[in-house]
This record gives sequence, structure tokens and C-alpha cells, in this order.
Amino acid sequence: MPTISFVHPDSNSEHVEVSDGESAMQAATRHGLDGILAECGGNAMCATCHVYVDDAWVARLPAMAEDEDALLEGAAAERLPNSRLSCQIKITPELDGLVLRLPKRQV
Amino acid sequence: MSASGSVASGVPHLDVDPFAMGFFADPYPTHERLREAGPVVYLDQWNVYGVARYAEVHAVLNDPATFCSSRGVGLSDFKKETPWRPPSLILEADPPAHTRTRAVLSKVLSPTVMKQVRDRFAAAAEERVDVLLEQRSFDAVADLAEAYPLSIFPDALGLKPEGREHLIPYASVVFNAFGPPNELRQEAIARSAPHQAYVAKQCQRENLAPGGFGACIHAQVDEGAITATEAPLLVRSLLSAGLDTTVNGIGAALYCLARFPEQWQRLRADITLARNAFEEAVRFESPVQTFFRTTTREVELSGARIGEGEKVLMFLAAANRDPRRWERPDSYDITRRTSGHVGFGSGIHMCVGQLVARLEGEVMLTALARRVASIEITGEPKRRFNNTLRGLDSLPVTIIPA
Ligand code: HEM
Ligand code: FES
Repeated sequence: MPTISFVHPDSNSEHVEVSDGESAMQAATRHGLDGILAECGGNAMCATCHVYVDDAWVARLPAMAEDEDALLEGAAAERLPNSRLSCQIKITPELDGLVLRLPKRQV
Repeated sequence: MSASGSVASGVPHLDVDPFAMGFFADPYPTHERLREAGPVVYLDQWNVYGVARYAEVHAVLNDPATFCSSRGVGLSDFKKETPWRPPSLILEADPPAHTRTRAVLSKVLSPTVMKQVRDRFAAAAEERVDVLLEQRSFDAVADLAEAYPLSIFPDALGLKPEGREHLIPYASVVFNAFGPPNELRQEAIARSAPHQAYVAKQCQRENLAPGGFGACIHAQVDEGAITATEAPLLVRSLLSAGLDTTVNGIGAALYCLARFPEQWQRLRADITLARNAFEEAVRFESPVQTFFRTTTREVELSGARIGEGEKVLMFLAAANRDPRRWERPDSYDITRRTSGHVGFGSGIHMCVGQLVARLEGEVMLTALARRVASIEITGEPKRRFNNTLRGLDSLPVTIIPA
């Protein structure tokens, strides 16, 4: 089972075990993690599951689709080159150890 | 019994009518019966399958190739009956046609656009609360749940001031028409002509103010995304689905916060909960109660075999209170993790106006919670009956200023 970490704006980290086939967002909400709202439940329609991917990992994630790109423009916190929607990051065994940083706000 | 020959064995038959007045008055015991009877049920009254558990509702919503929308999302099968109005190009469409029109409305109602309208929506909410604090005692449906969306949404669309009184009656027809041919539906359609005429006219490019959602849809014609004949019908979708839904959503939130004063006090203690208080009301009351799909092939769903061309009724409201999915499903809890509820649907047709709805709900509840100490229900709430929408006709309240 891969484990991924979410780093809060205050630098606190939370490690989360991911079940088979889950997205980073699903793992976070299942563990009750604060900082991911996921208002649309993972349908790529709300931009409230925004994360900054740790630099070491950015290039290792599959490229984003057009709708994700467009939604990120409207994210509540600043969009950075490493911004992604965590509901669109499906966790595979290769992503074991992935580090995602949480923005200050989601709405 | 007239059930079609393809009814699966092992699927429990129920004699409930989920479009009857008695059901609307208190749907919860029947929702439970539907959920507990099995993962898939058959409703003899209308010859349709039904799903009321969260897992099956979610599964049907997320398999649009098998459970299609192009044959109508009401009881009427567009393959067998002529629709009462030209079908919606988004709600009643399947991919690839849906993908194209959906992209247009997603762009027009995107998070970026919400940032632009936020201040305006918030200022209007404050103004509404100013008026209500003067009145003290008022009808929370007419004077708040209706008055607030009416003060911003038609302007945001770019509608002319004249004729707006048709908007709520038109939406009421649209949502009644998804139901079976009962009195609600027949009467609604019978008196729909003037509302339809108004709506058809307002959807035309020359009647929509520059900068509004309507004009933005028409501008997509110039981009080549849609044709000039498609644009008015997409504007119509916002006129149909964008107002009465939020009226019932905001009404639901007020009814919850007035009934559960400890939740109101929690909100006052932490106003950042306003957005989730609205979202939880959408789960708890499910202003949009049901939608149908039609099967495109024979399919097995949780052990039930359903033939091709069958209507499947999804009980969104029952799924939103399924104890298999939710802890204490019958409690209104503004701190609940609401992500995953199906009050706005799920999958490719999930509400394209959800960001508008949440914005309205959030700014309205924020304005109220900042300035109102308590909300007291002072008379018997009256229910409004509709085949699809759940909400109140009146809710007499008195507020005490903070
Ligand atoms: C609390 C308020 C609202 C609720 C509960 C609600 C509920 C829903 C639901 C359940 C669906 C899914 C339909 C299906 O799967 O067949 C839907 C779709 C839709 N909604 Fe909403 N809605 C709300 C507000 C709005 C607003 C404000 C707008 C417009 C600004 C809007 C426009 C639409 C449209 C156009 C669709 C069709 C989307 C598609 O088929 O891709 N809704 N809504
Ligand atoms: S959960 Fe809504 S965009 Fe990711």
C-alpha cells in the first residue's frame, strides 16, 4: 500500500496510506485530513482539492488534462507551476512517498 | 399487473408512488423502505426500476454509457414520446454531444468567473439582511430564499428587468415535467405557454446584457465552440436550472438552521463554516430529489438484471441519507465532511452551476450569521409540492439582531 504525505502550511506533515485505485484526494478525505475540501467529490469541477507537488515529484506525475488546467486558474490560493488538483492524481505504486503541499486556502 | 416482461426475478416490487402528495409530505419512511428492500427495486406504479442506496445511485450516475440521459432524465422516454419542449442540449444529451456543450457552460460558470462575481453577490446578501433586520418578522421563503437569488442571478445572466416574474413559474414547470403524467405535471404543462414564450425570447442574443453569463454563452458562437442555434438553448438551461434550485437550496439551509438552533450557534461562533452549512443543507434536504436515466443495453446492477430501454429512477435524497455511507445520516451537522454527497449529482452531468449555488449559499449565510443572534420559527411552515424539487412555500420567522 503506497503512503503519501501532505504538508500543511505550518510545515506539519501527515502521512496517509492509499488504498488500491484511490486518488490523492480520496485518500486525504478518507483520513479526515484538513486542508482538502473536495466539494465536487473528485469530478474535476470545483478546484477545492488544490495541492502543490513537491519539486522532486513534479516531473514524475502524468501530465494534466485540459479541464484540470482551466480549473486551476480559478483556485483560491495562488497558482504555481507545481499546482495540481489532488483528485486528478491517481496513486500508483510508483508514487509511494509522494509529497504534496497544502495551500493556505481552498475557497 | 402491467409490468413489462423484462422485469428481473429477485428484484423486489414495491407499490410506493414517489410522486404522490402523501409521499412528498414525509418521504423519509418510504426512502428507508426503498433502501432496505434491496439494492435495486421495481416500482409497479410507474413501471420503472429504482435505486435508493448511495452505492447504486453513485454507480448509475457514473456510467453514462449504460445509463443514458438523451432519452430524457424524467419518466418520459424521448424514444417513445415527443418531449414537452425541445430537449436540453446538456442535461438531456450524451457524449460526445454533451462533452462539447458542457465545456461551454463550465467555462462560463468557472471558479475564475466566481471570483469576479463574488463581491457583488456578497454585497447583495448584506443589503438583503439590512432589509430583514428592519422587518424582524418575515417569510423566510419569499423575503429571503427567493428575494436574494432574484436580486442577483437574473442580473448576472444579463436579463431585462421586465418579465422576470415568469422565472420561478417556468422552473416549476420544468421540474414538474420530469415527473410522471400526474396532476402536478399535466397542470404545469397546461399553463406553461406564457412562461415558455418569455424564456424563448430572453434566450436570444439581443436580449442579453453584455458581460452576463448569457452573453458569454453567445460569445462562444464566435469562438466556433457552438452554433448560433445552440446558444439560446444553452442559455435556457441556466434559466431552467439556475434559480429555483438555489431558492430551494437557500430555503433548505434556513429551515435547517432555524430548526436546529445549536447548529446556528455553532455557525455564529465560527463563520467560516457558512459554506459547509449550506453544503450540508443540500445533502440533508436534497432540493433536487430525483432524476431518471434510461438503459442503453441489458445490464447487471448489484445482481439485478435490467433490460435495454428501461427507466431507472435515482433517489438522490435517499442516497444522501443512506446509513451505509453516512454516519448519523438524519442529523444536520454543519461540521460534517460533506464531500461525496449526490445533491448536485455526480459524474459528467454533475451540476454545472454548483459553484454559483455554493457562492450564493455561503455569502447569504455569512451575512446572516454575522448580524443575527437567533432565528425563531413563528408559524407552521408550508410545503411546496413539485415532482422533482423539495422545498417550502412559506416559513414564517422572527430574527433577533446580534
Ligand atoms: C442548490 C442548488 C442546485 C442543486 C441542488 C442542483 C442540482 C443539480 C443536479 C442533481 C444535477 C444533475 C442532473 C443529472 O445528473 O441528470 C444538476 C445539473 C445541472 N445544473 Fe444544477 N443544481 C443547483 C443549482 C444550479 C445552478 C445555480 C445552475 C446554473 C447557474 C444549475 C445548472 C445546471 C445545469 C445546466 C445542469 C446540467 C448539467 C449537465 O447535464 O452536464 N444548477 N444540478
Ligand atoms: S475534488 Fe473538485 S476538483 Fe478535485
